[in-house]
Amino acid sequence: MRIYRWLIIILIVVAFAIWIDLPNNPGIHIFGIDRNIDTRLGLDLVGGVQALLEADLPEGTQVDAEKMQTATRIVENRVNGLGVTEALVQQAGENRIVVELPGIEDPTEAIATIQETGLLEFVDMGSNPLPPGTVVVTDFATSESDQPAEGQQVLQTVMTGDKIENVQVSRDNSGQYVIQFKLDSEGAQIFSDYTTAHVGDYLGIVLDKTVISAPVVNEPITEGEGVISGSFTVESANNLAIQLRYGSLPIPLKVVETRTIGPSLGQDSLDKSLVALLIGFIVVILFMAIYYRLPGILADVSIIIYATVTFAIFRYMPVTLTLPGIAGFMLSTGSALDANILIFERLKEELRAGRKLNQAVDIAWKRAWPSIRDSNIATLITCAILFWFGSSFGATIVKGFSLTLAIGVTISLFTALVVTRVFLNLVLGYLRDKNYSRWFGI
Amino acid sequence: MFNILGKRYLFFGISLLLILPGFLLLIFYGLNLSVDFTGGTLVEISFESGTPPPLEDIVGIYNQFDISDVQVQTTGDNTIISRSSYLEDKTRADILTAIEQSAGEQVTIVRIDSVGATIGQEVTLRAALAIAVAALIVVVYITFAFRGMPNAFRNGVCAIIAEIHDVLIIFSLLMIGGVLWGWQIDALFLTALLTVIGFSVQDTIVVFDRIRENSVIYRRLPFETLVNHSIIQTLQRSINTQLMTVEFMLLALVLFGGLTLRQFSVILLVGLFSGTYSSIFVAAPVLVVWENREWQNWFGRGKKKQQAAN
Repeated sequence: MRIYRWLIIILIVVAFAIWIDLPNNPGIHIFGIDRNIDTRLGLDLVGGVQALLEADLPEGTQVDAEKMQTATRIVENRVNGLGVTEALVQQAGENRIVVELPGIEDPTEAIATIQETGLLEFVDMGSNPLPPGTVVVTDFATSESDQPAEGQQVLQTVMTGDKIENVQVSRDNSGQYVIQFKLDSEGAQIFSDYTTAHVGDYLGIVLDKTVISAPVVNEPITEGEGVISGSFTVESANNLAIQLRYGSLPIPLKVVETRTIGPSLGQDSLDKSLVALLIGFIVVILFMAIYYRLPGILADVSIIIYATVTFAIFRYMPVTLTLPGIAGFMLSTGSALDANILIFERLKEELRAGRKLNQAVDIAWKRAWPSIRDSNIATLITCAILFWFGSSFGATIVKGFSLTLAIGVTISLFTALVVTRVFLNLVLGYLRDKNYSRWFGI
Repeated sequence: MFNILGKRYLFFGISLLLILPGFLLLIFYGLNLSVDFTGGTLVEISFESGTPPPLEDIVGIYNQFDISDVQVQTTGDNTIISRSSYLEDKTRADILTAIEQSAGEQVTIVRIDSVGATIGQEVTLRAALAIAVAALIVVVYITFAFRGMPNAFRNGVCAIIAEIHDVLIIFSLLMIGGVLWGWQIDALFLTALLTVIGFSVQDTIVVFDRIRENSVIYRRLPFETLVNHSIIQTLQRSINTQLMTVEFMLLALVLFGGLTLRQFSVILLVGLFSGTYSSIFVAAPVLVVWENREWQNWFGRGKKKQQAAN
């Protein structure tokens, strides 16, 4: 009776896995679960840009965890603002952020948008406007280290960009790209007070301590709306708009690593690895069936179930599949096969020793178990260390590999110990042929 | 029955012979570390027209931007790879534009890896740490798993010796590949290395498990005979798992998997084979050497004792 109970469990699991594996799975949207299901392919397969950003603080400064989280969120918002689909932003370790932008071919512009602090300041320039591009010092210090040098002119910051509520890119009368902004009520009040008192003065617009433009105040601005003009291209206007919309970064970031993978390389690798995987898989399936006969065929079924379930987990979690990730999957398939082979070799030994079939099957599983357990636990330990290693400094390759390997090994334990066994016991019940040497290839 | 253990010093010799080239090449050529570890920028671009500009031109363009440590090489028909110290995004973009102007065509970016120097060092350090920690925990685990046996700690140490053997074998392969095909130690190599380590231990445990089981059944047998017997019993499984399944899959990946993964899959192919080989021909024999305390007989000292015994 227990066999049939397990069989039902297996069938339910497999049916569910197949449903998840369906290419156009609608996703799960019941019982408060809201999840889309699709196969996520890594940058090395689809092409794109990966960047590792690091908090750019003086040596020995402790990174404020909360500020780092805020920075990560802002980076994420900016990435979404860029309109990149399936982008990934993740904090790595305590002072780094991994950004993955699939499908982007030229990293320079995109990364600049994400990484620049984006601190906009309106500064009082009195009657001496500074030309665009001038690097200035303002009294709005972002950190202790920003102290002005001796004799340097310090400009007074009237207001920063965080009072901006809404921005929009448009073109002015002469066709130049400009950024229209609307201030929140507090900002509008500050702006109104300032412009009323300073008609005729220059109001410098400064981004990350560099002057963009220095328009003259012609009349008081009381509506809280304004326009930033400079020599913008459509991209630079859009990028500044993105930075203003999501706020400035609380911690300055610098790029410490970028990787760009051309789409052709990715596609090529994907196609070829899939073909390789398929060929390898077919050869292995054939080998198992020919060498181990009946149990081999059952093991093949259980290996296919293993692949189905593992892939379903990859899609559900979701695990982003990279080339090393696929390699990890492949190796765990080896592990799954190994478990079966260990058991079958044991089964043959017991049968040769003259045991009855049912008894031999029981003993084979019992004796093979310690070696399967210990060897797989050792692999899982290694995976755990790799995963820690990978996530602590943003080495996504290592992380992807260890994750797929660990999931694969876990599922392989289930399929070898439960699925193959249930199938074998099930078939044994119908096996009348006393001469089972033919069935077991002894 | 085969007497594998009887020839143990022959197998140790074979392993040494395979490991030695790696050390010799290391002395003469040094380590070929990729930008992943040293920090720097690697740019791989291909030219649609099929005729990349002369390499001196590319070097010249880098020099214009005050980058003097660039190395340029061609790979394949129309692809060049240049390696230099770390380039800021801006500089890199300018260099690419200059190359496009000089070549008179759009270039296709195959890949660009840009790694800051400090992060490169950090990778190296953490990788070494990760491997050391993994090895240590595995020794602890094996000692725990084999606690029923006398000297369980030896099993763990021998598994690690076999693991180091496999690492040295693929290191040797990497050095040879480095000289012949310009292979580098990169992040993918690291992944391969860690996989080989994991598998090596997994395989050694299977053999040791049999020794563990047999040591309960055949208490009277001399340890050497017992271990040899255990190896023979697990041989079929080792051949089937390794040669027939895992190696087949990797062979398919080597042959059909495309260039990106070639170095990775060749290293895995050899490394995993070595992982199985070392369980049988290194780990188990070393266990026997340890049990017999054979080092007392090394370097001729043993002959005198034997003569005395005779």
